[in-house]
Amino acid sequence: MGDVRGGCCPPMDLFRSEPMQLVQLIIPIESAHLTVAYLGDLGILQFKDLNSEKSPFQRTYAAQIKKCGEMARKMRFFKEQMVKAGFSPSTKSEARGDIDVDDLEVKLGELEAELIEMNANGEKLQRSYNELVEYKLVLQKAGEFFASAQHSAVAQQREMESRQMGEESIETPLLQDQETTIDLSKQVKLGFITGLVPREKSMAFERILFRATRGNVLLKQVPVEDPVTDPVSGEKMEKNVFVVFYSGERAKNKILKICEAFGANRYPFAEDLGKQALMITEVSGRITELKTTIDAGSYHRDNLLRTIGDQFEQWNLKVKKEKSIYHTLNMLSLDVTKKCLVAEGWSPVFATKQVQESLQRAAFDSNSQVGAIFQVLSTRESPPTYFRTNKFTSAFQEIVDAYGVAKYQEANPGVYTIITFPFLFAVMFGDWGHGICLLLATLFFIVREKKLSSQKLGDITEMTFGGRYVIMMMALFSIYTGLIYNEFFSVPFELFGRSAYACRDLTCRDASTVGLIKVRETYPFGVDPAWHGTRSELPFLNSLKMKMSILLGVAQMNLGIILSYFNATFFGSSLNVWFQFIPQMIFLNSLFGYLSLLIIVKWCTGSQADLYHVMIYMFLSPTDELGENQLFPGQKTVQLVLLLLALVSVPWMLLPRPFLLKKQHENQHQGQSYTPLESTDDTLHSEANNDSHGHGHEEFEFSEVFVHQLIHTIEFVLGAVSNTASYLRLWALSLAHSELSVVFYEKVLLLAWGFNNIIILIVGIIIFIFATVGVLLVMETLSAFLHALRLHWVEFQNKFYEGDGYKFYPFSFALLGDEDD
Amino acid sequence: MYGFEAMTFNIHGGYLEAIVRGHRAGLLTAADYNNLCQCETLDDIKMHLSATEYGPYLQNEPSPLHTTTIVEKCTLKLVDEYKHMLCQATEPLSTFLEYITYGHMIDNVVLIVTGTLHERDVQELLEKCHPLGMFDSIATLAVAQNMRELYRLVLVDTPLAPYFSECITSEDLDDMNIEIMRNTLYKAYLEDFYKFCQKLGGATAEIMSDLLAFEADRRAVNITINSIGTELTRDDRRKLYSNFGLLYPYGHEELAVCEDIDQVVRAVMEKYPPYQSIFSKLSYGESQMLDKAFYEEEVKRLCLAFEQQFHYGVFFAYMRLREQEIRNLMWISECVAQNQKSRVHDSVVFIF
Repeated sequence: MGDVRGGCCPPMDLFRSEPMQLVQLIIPIESAHLTVAYLGDLGILQFKDLNSEKSPFQRTYAAQIKKCGEMARKMRFFKEQMVKAGFSPSTKSEARGDIDVDDLEVKLGELEAELIEMNANGEKLQRSYNELVEYKLVLQKAGEFFASAQHSAVAQQREMESRQMGEESIETPLLQDQETTIDLSKQVKLGFITGLVPREKSMAFERILFRATRGNVLLKQVPVEDPVTDPVSGEKMEKNVFVVFYSGERAKNKILKICEAFGANRYPFAEDLGKQALMITEVSGRITELKTTIDAGSYHRDNLLRTIGDQFEQWNLKVKKEKSIYHTLNMLSLDVTKKCLVAEGWSPVFATKQVQESLQRAAFDSNSQVGAIFQVLSTRESPPTYFRTNKFTSAFQEIVDAYGVAKYQEANPGVYTIITFPFLFAVMFGDWGHGICLLLATLFFIVREKKLSSQKLGDITEMTFGGRYVIMMMALFSIYTGLIYNEFFSVPFELFGRSAYACRDLTCRDASTVGLIKVRETYPFGVDPAWHGTRSELPFLNSLKMKMSILLGVAQMNLGIILSYFNATFFGSSLNVWFQFIPQMIFLNSLFGYLSLLIIVKWCTGSQADLYHVMIYMFLSPTDELGENQLFPGQKTVQLVLLLLALVSVPWMLLPRPFLLKKQHENQHQGQSYTPLESTDDTLHSEANNDSHGHGHEEFEFSEVFVHQLIHTIEFVLGAVSNTASYLRLWALSLAHSELSVVFYEKVLLLAWGFNNIIILIVGIIIFIFATVGVLLVMETLSAFLHALRLHWVEFQNKFYEGDGYKFYPFSFALLGDEDD
Repeated sequence: MYGFEAMTFNIHGGYLEAIVRGHRAGLLTAADYNNLCQCETLDDIKMHLSATEYGPYLQNEPSPLHTTTIVEKCTLKLVDEYKHMLCQATEPLSTFLEYITYGHMIDNVVLIVTGTLHERDVQELLEKCHPLGMFDSIATLAVAQNMRELYRLVLVDTPLAPYFSECITSEDLDDMNIEIMRNTLYKAYLEDFYKFCQKLGGATAEIMSDLLAFEADRRAVNITINSIGTELTRDDRRKLYSNFGLLYPYGHEELAVCEDIDQVVRAVMEKYPPYQSIFSKLSYGESQMLDKAFYEEEVKRLCLAFEQQFHYGVFFAYMRLREQEIRNLMWISECVAQNQKSRVHDSVVFIF
């Protein structure tokens, strides 16, 4: 099926997708792994899943995949640890020879165990370190509190002693009680608990304490300024040091439980000042001791991580490759003898040799006694679509694929898109100043292509970078159309000689074309600068751009219909040529082709005829005289003939095709019912073969086909009008673009200039630059891009493009990196 | 407002309804269950789940897996989804979503209180709590000695406080008390939730009243069955039934006097056509299968909630379905781990 390529043209990859073949590989089991690995390096074979009815863990190599998954988990663990420690896995891949997977697995296991042990030890140390730090904090804060309380108590006692009165009030500090009750031994001694509680819980903590003890408690809290690392969770959090005073054993039990429930860490605290000082020095000593131990531990750990980091990328790639190999192996079916694996897959015809070579190489390298068998199967199944693109064409192909992947071997609009897409964009974006800005921006991407493609970019940058060649073409074309429109940030230039018009006398002013006479030859390229700023500028440009849009539209739609002819001849359907392509051509061209002709004639002859009038009355009263609107002799007859042709072509499109299809199908069906008599064995065999590759004949439903044809015809007839009108968006957007740039230039830049004030000028320039970049370069580019996209997807591609194919996804190691998280 | 939700619902609820419907589409399918039931080891289950939405939660678990890890991670996913939805929700949806968790809160309170009664470690108990029903001071529950203390110390700060008005006694806590407390709380919670949904009106009220009525009736039946042969008096039993649902009030009167599971409960329930189908599936003496039958019926009703648009019932239904799915996973993993694969189908309730 692949060699039916149109004989007239030289082979060009993009016109049609690559011819594909379904191949079957029979691989001895001992060399299967290596074979698949080599094929993955080659990346040109798409394996078919032959075990789709089996669940993942019932397949042959489920255990190996599990092993790879385990290894991948270890790799993720290492990566996480490295990120935590602040390393990034080095990108320089030291080629340290190929590592065996089993060795790698053992090694990864050892490293993981080592790392986990180190982490556990480190955590233990860290925990006691954090505890000590907290303890120190408690000692300091609570110590301050006790000291100040004692101080004030002593002061108060002295005062009281001086007053010689034992009056008690609510304000008397509680400690005083304690102080005074020391000599009265009857009183219960107050107990206290010190510790740290997370600050966000401190309110609730206080509330619960109060409720639980019915208010018989004194809680003092001091916030710790810096966040403290919690020993249990290891997270930094804000905490308060608290001291609770209580009386009685029951209260103590309750408070202990509450402390536990709130995650408040308690620490022992001595009342004696001397002991406190001793404790603080002891704790500080232990903290420094622990710190050195922890530092040594983390140094070891960093070393280990660094050695892992050196080889991380290599290992990671290896693991990924292994996993994908086993996934692929799982798609192969095991032969009954269990000695070989059978693979089926799609590969482009040109790659046959490469595939065979790598099969041989694999058989040789794995010392297998039998080589793999390669054979081409015939099938009715539709092969995947594969275009060989390069970095320039791929973005354009993406534009087409975003609408729908081409049917296998159908005409590829991507080829034409390379030129027409940027061109239609530029018709809407015609300004060579803006074009140059766009070109510079995209050149930046292209020059730094190598560097940028290796790193991860942001979402929008990534998109822009991907379409850099599209944007370059768009910029080049908009420079070209900008020169035709003679606009440079809306300022006209006399680049190609001087304006053809000049004032007849001094009475004519800038803003009119009245009184101008032609003094020179016509301006050689593009719009004469004299039009700019005159009152008749808009009507003139509108008429020009409108007609130009129609010409471009009719040309592109004709191209679309012609492509449907190439499709029809390629797939050998003369029906589509005679009853689809020809009436469509006639219909479109007898109406809008004729309009285009009129436009060109009008341009050439400079006639004053009203084309709207001509077109409308061609339908309303075709027999009337044209009068002053006549452009050429015999126009009336031509119009009558064209109208008749258009009318005839509608039933021509609609009726014959479904009936002929029906007849065709009946003929085939008849023929088929007789064949089995001749060679029963053969057909049975072939039928069995066909079964696995999809069924050949579908049911033929006449009403369905007819309705489909009806819809298609209506769509085309109405579409011819609406699509032509749709191309007027070229004019509309172009108008919007030039008017916007005039507004920014005149109402911002020139206005600011007029004030003769440097500050206003600077502000004006800044506003102008932002408006130009933001609105004209970014927003307008986007809108013109979208409209160009629509014109391609809808108006152009609906003439011929099926787009119901599926893409070719070869099994390739090169694609592995892309699917990383 | 009935019938006009379509105009205004999407202003606040549209995004989240889309989210929840997306989550619902991620529930395991029949094919998934089929494959899971064929698993040989827990690693197989992990491998299969890694292709589902649970994948990212399980992928970093080292290999010797336990059932608890699987369940924990799957619950974590549900909790993450719930938290995300709660963050995005506005009133009254956020209140509605909070209502969904109160049931878990009640269970957690009961769990902790029972645990401390039997002198278990608080940390250990906390780990067993459902993460959706956690509140700040939950650990403090261990301090309380009786209901009054329980209320005054802890629960007064939680949303459960209003439900407690019925069961404040100074009696010391014991197993019976706690169970009664659980059911009283649940009754108050269901009634409150029901009232709240009625207040919301529209399709939410319609669908939620159906779902909650089913829940209330199921609890009524369960209470009856569990209390047969205990010292609970008929009046006490009667007090535990929620004051709405299909069985209210006449069915409750009859249930309150039931003394035998098979004859009496069945006799009562078969008068109500919606429940006839449940009991007709069970033969006599198979009362232990009743739970599964109820779950199946519930799942059916929850799935039906997704058939209608512009109401909050989908959130409730999704949470319940996901919980059912996690229960299923737990059962399957447990069966696989204990090599009891023949019993896999005993307790799995398929959700489709």
